[in-house]
Amino acid sequence: MVDKRKQGRIIRISGPVIETDGMRGAKMYDVVRVGDENLIGEIIRLDEDKAIIQVYEDTNGLKPGEAVITSGMPLSVELGPGLLTNIYDGIQRPLPAIVKKTGEFINRGVEAPAIDRKKKWHFKPTAKAGDIVRSCDVIGEVEETSIITNRIIVPPNICGKIIKVEKEGEYTVEDDIAVVSTDDGDIKLQMLQRWPVRMPRPVAKKYAPSLPLVTGQRVIDTFFPVAKGGTAAIPGGFGTGKTVMLHQLAKWSDAQVVIYVGCGERGNEMTDVLREFPELEDPKSGEPLMNRTVLIANTSNMPVAARDASVYTGITIAEYYRDMGYDVALMADSTSRLAEAMREISGRLEEMPGEEGYPAYLASRLAEFYERAGRVKLLCSKDKEGSVSVMGAVSPPGGDFSEPVAQNTLRIVKVFWALDADLADRRHFPSINWLKSYSLYLDEIQSWWKKEIGEQWLKLRTKAMVLLQTESELQEIVKLVGPDALPPRERATLESARLLREDFLQQSAFHEIDTFCPGNKQYEMLRIMLKYSDRIMEAIEKNVLVDDIISMKSREHLARMKTVPNKTFEKRFSEMEKELDKEIDDLIKKGGK
Amino acid sequence: MSNKDIEYTTVSKVAGPLMIVDGIKDVAYNEVVKIKTATGEERTGQVLEAFMDKAVVQVFEGTKGLDTDKTSARFIGETMKLGVAKNMLGRVFDGTGNPIDDAPPIIPEERREINGNPINPYSREYPSEFIQTGYSTIDGLNTLVRGQKLPIFSGAGLPHNEMAAQIARQAKVLGKEEKFAVVFCAMGITAEEANLFIRDFENTGALERTVMFLNLADDPSIERIILPRMALTCAEYLAFDLDMQVLVILTDLTNYAEALREIAAAREEVPGRRGYPGYMYTDLATIYERAGRIKGKKGSITQIPMLTMPDDDITHPIPDLTGYITEGQIVLQRGLHKKGIYPPVAVLPCLSRLMDRGIGANRTREDHAGVSNQLYATYAEGCDLRDLVAIVGEDALSDRDRKFLRFADEFEKKFIQQGIHEDRSIVRTLTIGWELLSILPKAELKKIDEKYINKYHPEKIKKE
Repeated sequence: MVDKRKQGRIIRISGPVIETDGMRGAKMYDVVRVGDENLIGEIIRLDEDKAIIQVYEDTNGLKPGEAVITSGMPLSVELGPGLLTNIYDGIQRPLPAIVKKTGEFINRGVEAPAIDRKKKWHFKPTAKAGDIVRSCDVIGEVEETSIITNRIIVPPNICGKIIKVEKEGEYTVEDDIAVVSTDDGDIKLQMLQRWPVRMPRPVAKKYAPSLPLVTGQRVIDTFFPVAKGGTAAIPGGFGTGKTVMLHQLAKWSDAQVVIYVGCGERGNEMTDVLREFPELEDPKSGEPLMNRTVLIANTSNMPVAARDASVYTGITIAEYYRDMGYDVALMADSTSRLAEAMREISGRLEEMPGEEGYPAYLASRLAEFYERAGRVKLLCSKDKEGSVSVMGAVSPPGGDFSEPVAQNTLRIVKVFWALDADLADRRHFPSINWLKSYSLYLDEIQSWWKKEIGEQWLKLRTKAMVLLQTESELQEIVKLVGPDALPPRERATLESARLLREDFLQQSAFHEIDTFCPGNKQYEMLRIMLKYSDRIMEAIEKNVLVDDIISMKSREHLARMKTVPNKTFEKRFSEMEKELDKEIDDLIKKGGK
Repeated sequence: MSNKDIEYTTVSKVAGPLMIVDGIKDVAYNEVVKIKTATGEERTGQVLEAFMDKAVVQVFEGTKGLDTDKTSARFIGETMKLGVAKNMLGRVFDGTGNPIDDAPPIIPEERREINGNPINPYSREYPSEFIQTGYSTIDGLNTLVRGQKLPIFSGAGLPHNEMAAQIARQAKVLGKEEKFAVVFCAMGITAEEANLFIRDFENTGALERTVMFLNLADDPSIERIILPRMALTCAEYLAFDLDMQVLVILTDLTNYAEALREIAAAREEVPGRRGYPGYMYTDLATIYERAGRIKGKKGSITQIPMLTMPDDDITHPIPDLTGYITEGQIVLQRGLHKKGIYPPVAVLPCLSRLMDRGIGANRTREDHAGVSNQLYATYAEGCDLRDLVAIVGEDALSDRDRKFLRFADEFEKKFIQQGIHEDRSIVRTLTIGWELLSILPKAELKKIDEKYINKYHPEKIKKE
């Protein structure tokens, strides 16, 4: 590559935005080193020989006249074994390594390689000399963690014949492990790859999602499911439980690799993940959850310009694991902070503001980000699939969903989990409002549920939704006349809906059993609860008193279904069902006397 | 000749809190500027925007009396720093960090950059130690833990200052003798309020473990921008260098945000919501996120920021952005205050995000989580029923509902209400909670584990 290094100088500093001159020939989005302390920045506008740069670090004490050097390269991430279990800042500097260099507080200008150069990995070749390979073809394997095998893949845009593959053994990420002969000459491959964050990694084809991402959260899986390769948004005011919800998804989703991006949120939340994930077990493998997780942290007090970079860094790492054929889930908390960072930078560039001061390109930027999700056919020679699912929190000011970030996000994503402050106030968690939320994946994934879990899935779901909808209408009347003034049938409906609301929709993230509810348990819970609804209605028809029904013993037991251990629930549930049938039968026999 | 010694008299423009100096060179972003007015008065400023040959300077003591003729500016070659020392305890400082009590100036052990660096999330220790404030509504329902930032959302005329003083007086970590300090940072409060705090701290002997930073309502508003940063720099020194448990009380953040808006307007920036600058979230975060604990260090910084919600509106940008950064909120309610209930904590919209880790066996008591959830849920239902009663009358209610209604009334009188000098222990708080819950039939206590009902329900205790 021709050396395109350019040196210019700073002529103006305004917060994270600086203006430089003498930069003719520098490219848009090139990474630059700013000032005597070598701060990292990125070119975001060019005007003749002037370049405007957003700096990813604090600019305190920087002076006009100091030098600026471009690297000639766009902002890129390093990809290779060693990403999992690590925690990075927005521009992929490993935070544990930074602690060793500068202590507990993050100083400026600190540098550390994203991936440890010295660590040796045990490489096992799976391809041999003479094989014709294309992008994403696997040439070897490395056991990155106890759960995930890092498949060493041919980087995108390389295609040719393998001349040589190293023998099984210990190698660092920079050691050559294979040589491929291509039209452009021989290329040496290492485990370490680089990829510019703003460019999606290429794929052969995008498929429509067809499998659900099972999250173990009842209100999501049963009512508003998300598909593998799908997109979902969780908007909610503060205190409505966005972060707890995203943590739950990161913990229990049946994705193979999880990327968690803390974008402009609290430092303690990242600490929480760091503390908790190594102790939690992956429900499938029994290994620590941390072994499938990469964390990206740009907390709210870290430089604002790196906020935007943090989600791109996250999604690029997600695409890298997708290209190995894994199902990856990315959680971004919160995309509003990303939008606000854009607004701040845009304001300092004195751009014409759009709605509420956000830049006019807000919608297209958000769309670009969410569009990198998907279930795809990989470029490799064999027919292989991978997926990236994206779940983003949105923090609308005042909890009002009509603001630009929430609205623009909703236009793109297929699943909307509306968090509700009223529900949160009465400690109904997860506070997903069942009347406002939606999922557009129901049709695509229902065949999976029918096949794997139960034939009645969609029917039960629809029935439950109707019940909840009816309840909300009845509640309007109750507000006017009080519950006791309602006829028995309506009171029974309210009672069934209350059971669903309190004991199906509510789920405690902090209860050791309830935190994760497997698909078949969800199905059975819903089935038995709806049976309760049918049976009490039947009893009412036969003139059983409503008060007798409400005080049924088996009703109390149904309320504790969620805490029945996940492994042995079937036996206990069938006892509960029998008990329910018996109690209703007895009441009907008594006939309301 | 270094820049430090040059007195520039090239002030070209003065507007609002800002001043523009021309013909300069080698000026750093955020560098401190010493300004001399025509009459020889000294002021301090800071570079907001640096160009090759000019600088936009915000003037902390106000721009009154500045001119474009004789006023001179000297760039001192460093960014804003605060001298910190152990003997800052017991002292009172003004908005630029100079002592304003009658004692001699402090001799700094170190001078520190007031903006501070962000704590590496990897080095943070997760907050989990219970701090007892002596308020039932906080300890019982929205537990504060060491290293947390828990704001109080108040309104004009509500007794948040009394609460701040009471918390500063009563806050303690149970069962441990540790060095405890309060850093008190008042932005734009009235002289009367400042006196209330000083008197209260003096009377209770709290002053000697307190550092006060005061910017009164008639002091230049622009100083409010740097005041919390100085207070937190001092707090970081006490916590992470001297191993102290530091409680930082910041009041009133609304005044801070107003000052921020004033500067943004003077710079003609594109305004965000309600005229506040678009970067207010980031700016507030650089204050709030300085709370926390660090692995391997004994000390901690716990923040209680106070703010008055304009027009009691919780969706106003100031409380709204604060709520997104802090780990919960305590909300005060005018309705309760009118009923004569102190502290007027509106339980339902309150939250402490770090509560789960700070309570339970070995920390507070094993039944704490259950009792707290049950009190919440029951009070919420009671409040709903009040609305219903307003329409249909109490006679239309069932027996069960009447009990909930009674619970809500008693809860406000016995649990929320407490004296201004009443320091309730957590056990006392939980006992009151149980007494209130015994109004309800036991079957309604669904949020409490049965084994705790059997152990702590007043009925059981009486029988024994």
